[in-house]
Amino acid sequence: MHSNPSSMEQTAIAELNSTFISGATRTFQWRETQLKSLLRLLTEKEADCFHALYQDLGKSKLEAFKDEVGPLKKSIDYTLTHLKGWMSPKKAGINLLFFPAKGKTMPEPYGVVLVIAAWNLPLNLALEPLIGAIAAGNVVVLKPSELAPATSSLLAELIPQYLDIKAIKIVEGGVDVSQQLLQRKWDKIFYTGSARVGKIILAEAAKHLTPVALELGGKSPAIFDFQSLSSNVEVAVKRVASGKWGTLVGQACLAIDYLLVEEKFASALIDMLTKTIKKFYGESLNKFSRVASKRQLDRLQKLLKDPAVADNIVYGGSVDKDALILEPTILLNPPLDADVMTEEIFGPILPIITLNNISESIGFINSRPKPLVIYGFTNNKTLKRSILNGTSSGGVLFNDVLLHFLCDELPFGGVGSSGMGRYHGKYSFDTFSHEKAVLDAGYLVELEARYPPWNSFKMAFVRTAYKLDYIGLLLLLIGLKRYPKVHKD
Amino acid sequence: MAISKKAFDAEAAAAMTAELRAAFGAGKTRSYEWRVAQLNAIAKMMEDREREIVDALRSDLGKPEFESVLYEIGTVKNSCKHTLKELKQWMKPEKAGTPFVIFPSSGEIVSEPFGLVLIISPWNYPLSLALDPVIGAIAAGNTVVLKPSEIAPATSAFLAKHVEKYLDSSAVRVVEGGVPETSALLEQKWDKIFYTGNGRVGRIIMAAAAKHLTPVVLELGGKSPVIVDSDVDLKVAVRRIIIGKWGLNNGQTCVAADYIITTRDFAPKLVNALKHQLEKFYGKDPLESKDLSRVVNSNHFDRLSKILDEEKVSGKIIHGGHRNRDQLKIAPTILLDVPEDSLIMNEEIFGPLLPILLVDRLEESFDLILSRPKPLAAYVFTNNQSLKEKFVLNISAGGIVINDIAVHLTVPTLPFGGVGESGIGAYHGKLSFDAFSHKKAVLYRGFKADAALRYPPYTAWNLSLLKALMSGSLVSIINMLLGWSKNTVAKPKVA
Repeated sequence: MHSNPSSMEQTAIAELNSTFISGATRTFQWRETQLKSLLRLLTEKEADCFHALYQDLGKSKLEAFKDEVGPLKKSIDYTLTHLKGWMSPKKAGINLLFFPAKGKTMPEPYGVVLVIAAWNLPLNLALEPLIGAIAAGNVVVLKPSELAPATSSLLAELIPQYLDIKAIKIVEGGVDVSQQLLQRKWDKIFYTGSARVGKIILAEAAKHLTPVALELGGKSPAIFDFQSLSSNVEVAVKRVASGKWGTLVGQACLAIDYLLVEEKFASALIDMLTKTIKKFYGESLNKFSRVASKRQLDRLQKLLKDPAVADNIVYGGSVDKDALILEPTILLNPPLDADVMTEEIFGPILPIITLNNISESIGFINSRPKPLVIYGFTNNKTLKRSILNGTSSGGVLFNDVLLHFLCDELPFGGVGSSGMGRYHGKYSFDTFSHEKAVLDAGYLVELEARYPPWNSFKMAFVRTAYKLDYIGLLLLLIGLKRYPKVHKD
Repeated sequence: MAISKKAFDAEAAAAMTAELRAAFGAGKTRSYEWRVAQLNAIAKMMEDREREIVDALRSDLGKPEFESVLYEIGTVKNSCKHTLKELKQWMKPEKAGTPFVIFPSSGEIVSEPFGLVLIISPWNYPLSLALDPVIGAIAAGNTVVLKPSEIAPATSAFLAKHVEKYLDSSAVRVVEGGVPETSALLEQKWDKIFYTGNGRVGRIIMAAAAKHLTPVVLELGGKSPVIVDSDVDLKVAVRRIIIGKWGLNNGQTCVAADYIITTRDFAPKLVNALKHQLEKFYGKDPLESKDLSRVVNSNHFDRLSKILDEEKVSGKIIHGGHRNRDQLKIAPTILLDVPEDSLIMNEEIFGPLLPILLVDRLEESFDLILSRPKPLAAYVFTNNQSLKEKFVLNISAGGIVINDIAVHLTVPTLPFGGVGESGIGAYHGKLSFDAFSHKKAVLYRGFKADAALRYPPYTAWNLSLLKALMSGSLVSIINMLLGWSKNTVAKPKVA
């Protein structure tokens, strides 16, 4: 650990400041070079990345590619393809009244930005925002999660090798380092993590009026309309299983947290789910990704220890403490006030809540904090519409799981307690840019009516101008339009 | 007869928000028809009540009728009109393309209201800066509580009296009051807060919002600089600068020209032209002119007096300076060559005082501006194309106008908002609708194509194919499938 982290940090940030002021990060060339280097890093050091992710989280190569490295490469490619266009000013239509004025909006970088990443996708959640920050021309401090130390070390080692160390710095550390970083004024903060910490960050940012993007989580529900799925129900069940246990056994902000289904279909669903779990993972525990840490495992076990909850376990529950594995566990109708139904689970436990009618899922979801995503498994158009228009969430996916994460053209972010702001694709660029309005007024036409001393004619002129009533203006100017007298008192 | 009103406390605020949440939950504000009806009602209110509004603004600020019509009523009416014209389009979902790797699928972005919105408006444009955000909030389908500024009491009373009459009071409410009432409101959970005012209060609001993870728009201010080059048409430039300062609520405007920077050589000409035009606009005795707003209250009057009386600055007054405290009037005042560490150069002036800073070369003005917090607007008067480009590229501000002042506010296609100390977020035109909407990502998938490669058990084959698919390259996919790629691994036999 550094002997005097604070002063090293100060020097680092002073350097970032002067790099930004020098304008080095403003050119397309600089941004393109950084992004291409990052792409090379992910290609050349892919094995190291996989290894670090395996060390930190027991992530398999496929999951590491599917959820972390693959999406990053895709994002960089997409950004490189579109960056020039995103960087160019956009014309703004100006009405005739202002002729010959020209208006446009120009994106500009905020300046010195802070990115704080979460532990469950420690590579992706660090580098995906970094891509946006670089694309937008900012200088960056990236603080990877200390709870994924191998990935954090890898980033600290590789980023300086591949990227411009005068503009992009990695700061490793835990809560104390984060707290220290948050004391200074940033031009933008991008945080991925929990709502609890999100509030702390927002409160610190408020002191400096720093704009913030918070990618948080919540309890993302799956609405399972068994009846309307009919012959598709098997595929739907497979997707549900992968949406819960297929991404680091549920340790993902987008994992299905709990599931809603009609009472009469519950046992059929549970039956199909358990069969699917066995088919995917076999009978023994060792095929599952592990829970991230002992602390997390203890937390998850505690959720199950609640006697009112333990009674409702219909499948699973076994634990391999040494291997940090908790078996996929299904609960049927645990009490709604139990922790497992009020906290984000972030693990392999799936509560199933039964309803009399699937349409009740709308009210159920609405009485709870807005989630990051709602999964609607249904072929019923009316239900789809109800879900779409009757609930609020970061995003909605129909008949599948997780995939919107891969869509560069869809904004990825939460609402309410699931977050504020969004990114991916152009949204990443936008989230790290200030869109500046620029108006170039002309001298050609001087509107006398703008200037005092004001009188009835000028008043009439302005009223007519405001209506964009060009004919009226013409008539006024040539004296053919009558206007009321205005009293100056 | 004075009726003692029950204080609007936290309990009242909680009750109000509960009512509005219920109204929102019932779906009242979602339909296009409801939103259109509200917007039409606001436009009608402006038509019906113009006289009252002009009188209220005159009472609150001594605002000339011309400014009330142009900047207050006119802005609100135009905002309604523009929104009504475009709303249907804005409400439509936006199509989003989806990547090959998840074919077949379709995506869209749906705009939905946040829910419960709190709008806190300032005293300087107490009508338009209250109603313009309300228009955006309603257009986006939210329920709204508006808290107008108590420092403009006549306008506040007008809004309290008429907004709930013209609009649907089950969804749109007005709460009058000062710090206690605002605090009571800020304790509640809002889905969005929109504040226009100063940075000090902006921080308080953002801190309160942080407790509930409420997103905010903060329209703040700053010192909007004006660089004046010697190659301009002096008469036109000076006239625009004058109405960009004293013609905007007598300088009490967030985007008013705060201070000027020009060269030592050019300054005398500029000053003469300013003096000349000022007299033409406001007469020999501007304290008597009916075309100038007064200073809003004695607090601000004293603040401005203090700025003027500061020792290092009082000798720099080259025009104006006379005041009348009873009438809350200060004449248009110009100061030349003030020191950078003076009070007048370290707070947003928000009044009829115009300092002019001198540099040897105009390029030096950039450093001067860049060493200060980012302003809401920055201006340059020049015909030099290179200077224009440098200014636009290097000066960070909410917005930039070349050869005029503040007019970008009337262009609905340009975002109006700050950066850094001057604010967070933007609005006007479609951006008002967007500021009050959550843009929900929606992905539709069917069941037709279900790739076995997605599901465990995973093998190296899955990985190779996934890589090929994600690269989006048709060639790699074909190579992979046909076994020609060096990444090819034999697909395992499935039991």
